Amino acid sequence: MARFEYAPAPESRDIGRLKEHYGIFVDGAFRDGAGEAVKTINPANEEPLAEVAEAGPSDVDDAVRAARRAFSPWAALSGRERAKYLFRIARAIQERSRELAVLESLDNGKPIKESRDVDVPLAAAHFFYYAGWADKLSYAGFGPDPKPIGVAGQIIPWNFPLLMAAWKIAPALACGNTVILKPAETTPLTALTLAEIIAEADLPPGVVNILAGGPEIGQAIVEHDGIDKIAFTGSTEVGKIIQRTIAGTGKRVSLELGGKAANIIFEDAALDQAIEGIVNGIFFNQGHVCCAGSRLLVQESVADEVIAALQARLMTLRLGDPLDKNTDIGAINSAAQLARIRELTDSGEAEGAERWSPPCEIPERGYWFAPTVFTHVSQANTIAREEIFGPVLSVLTFRTPAEAVEKANNTPYGLSAGIWTEKGSRILWFAQQLRAGVIWANTFNRFDPGSPFGGYKESGFGREGGRHGLEAYLAH
Amino acid sequence: MPTKAKPSKAPERLRVRKTYKLYIGGAFPRSESGRSYPVTGSDGALLAQAAQASRKDVRDAVVAARKAQPGWAKATAYNRGQVLYRVAEMLDGRREQFAAEVAAAGDAVPNSKALFTVDAAIDRWVWYAGWADKYAQVVGASNPVAGPYFNFSLPEPTGVVGVLAPQDSSLLGLVSVVAPVIATGNTAVVVASEERPLPAVSLAEVLATSDLPGGVVNLLTGRVSELAPWLASHRDVNAIDLTGVAAEARPELQRAAADNVKRVYLPSHTDWDADPGTSRLAAFIETKTVWHPIGV
Repeated sequence: MARFEYAPAPESRDIGRLKEHYGIFVDGAFRDGAGEAVKTINPANEEPLAEVAEAGPSDVDDAVRAARRAFSPWAALSGRERAKYLFRIARAIQERSRELAVLESLDNGKPIKESRDVDVPLAAAHFFYYAGWADKLSYAGFGPDPKPIGVAGQIIPWNFPLLMAAWKIAPALACGNTVILKPAETTPLTALTLAEIIAEADLPPGVVNILAGGPEIGQAIVEHDGIDKIAFTGSTEVGKIIQRTIAGTGKRVSLELGGKAANIIFEDAALDQAIEGIVNGIFFNQGHVCCAGSRLLVQESVADEVIAALQARLMTLRLGDPLDKNTDIGAINSAAQLARIRELTDSGEAEGAERWSPPCEIPERGYWFAPTVFTHVSQANTIAREEIFGPVLSVLTFRTPAEAVEKANNTPYGLSAGIWTEKGSRILWFAQQLRAGVIWANTFNRFDPGSPFGGYKESGFGREGGRHGLEAYLAH
Repeated sequence: MPTKAKPSKAPERLRVRKTYKLYIGGAFPRSESGRSYPVTGSDGALLAQAAQASRKDVRDAVVAARKAQPGWAKATAYNRGQVLYRVAEMLDGRREQFAAEVAAAGDAVPNSKALFTVDAAIDRWVWYAGWADKYAQVVGASNPVAGPYFNFSLPEPTGVVGVLAPQDSSLLGLVSVVAPVIATGNTAVVVASEERPLPAVSLAEVLATSDLPGGVVNLLTGRVSELAPWLASHRDVNAIDLTGVAAEARPELQRAAADNVKRVYLPSHTDWDADPGTSRLAAFIETKTVWHPIGV
């Protein structure tokens, strides 16, 4: 197949308005944290982007004090006024969307077309959606006069840095809580730019505090006596530690953890669309997606056809400069994550699965991993069980619907699943049978602020998005 | 010369006493451990020996609950509602017996309140019976997403729920914690009130004759401190209700529950006479969201 070459179309790095130095945001003011000053780097070329003066434990204390002080007046403010602050934030994200998209792609390594078309618009939409709830909480089905919980400690991952900040902050503020948000250590820049937006929106000091920092700051937040609720998105391993840590403290918690989603292709599926869905399912955001469709279950009768078509499609993916508008696959976010992906894929080979990647030029510098497909995978293989969190697809086959369900559910996770078939009754049957919080039928990786998102089993509990997302931030 | 025995009243008929056993998978086994423990009434008199369940009984009960769960979840909500209503019917037919047992257990002070408590327990089954086919309508949603997709959210049962039943309310409290768990399609492994287990065993007899499939409710009697840790750490239990556990014992169980990210329910109130609301229904469901493109 002829390969079309595209001229480079890079977005300008200057649009990101990258600063040399970032601090933390506490009590309405920017300052250097008491922790170390670390360099955040561009994973696409390993060059430092900026210095971040991270928070230390004393900053957590300060942030909690500020958030506690801010809580009563913020909770007492009329919902209508709280809503207007959130609408302001939504609008400001839209105004600065191009800047935020560039900054996100620089710091995270994701392709600009994704940060531009997915992360940033969805972040704005999330604030806009929850803004409208702030003065309508008594209609939300949580009683006639629902109350906020208090101070929320929110810890988010590096895969969707701005979007996860929006998912956490927007519903918390709409319900009248105040927050301390900790972005991931490798991706603090868009959250700190969001802090600027929040400051410019004139939010009362202390309502939102943003602490750049590493795991020890996350731990300090989880353990802090002045915090009433923990919201965490990240690995199941850390989620369990958090659940143990808060035992007996009376803290509320919501957890959005790992996944190992099955994407199930039936022989009657619209295969061209299914191939696009498979690619989107696992290679969107380099597979750094907790709900990624990392286990492909193909009906045996079409397995060869699907794998051949998938391989042909993967030959057309463009891996490279995240700021290039033609790029499909960006950089892996960190050296540590790249090492983990390599370790797991090596185990895939060692355990007997067959590895395939399209021929693809890997840039000399930076953290990169070619899209990879494993066939001849058994359910017992590590790559079929553990979350890889990278652009790696494991292909398994099935013969009957019952077998597909059994294999799909054969995991401690339960975040998402996909089903591709032209038969409506089969879709609804699978939607019932699959033990997962989000089912994408004839589509994959769709997100919307009005659509509840969250897991079954060890993928966590609590929902983000929609009316359901309010529950995690209301007292009961 | 022997004196002739005085003619006495006709001897009182000996009661046929009940063996109080466990209820697992629809059957009434003794504890596999062969143990029992004495249960006394509020006056200190011996009421019966109750089975003292073991770790193995917990595990057997979880297996039974897991086996029953898909079928119970798949039953129509209308059907589940009718089964719960049937429990109320069966209980109503035995209200004097339960009043006597509840009074003996010491739940009702004064004893004249016992019937009132039993009636409240019956009415609670009726309340949750009605919820079975309404809850999804109240908390489900069609979500207006920004794109050509039909998107809806529905509550689904969490799975197998471990229930540490309240210690102080042997029937009304028990019903108040079990009915909401099974109304939405979960199955339950219940540890009854340790000191007042007898009404629970009698309730199991009611459940066994109410068209409730075996394994949907499994009921253990014994030491809470012995059984609760196994239930909290069990990898095939999806959620746990710690209502019947003393506050100081809860943190350890919460930590154990984290091993498989169990949902842990800590009650905000335990006033069993109050309107139960929907918080216990909400505690043991998962929200599932389904997307499908709209197009021709």
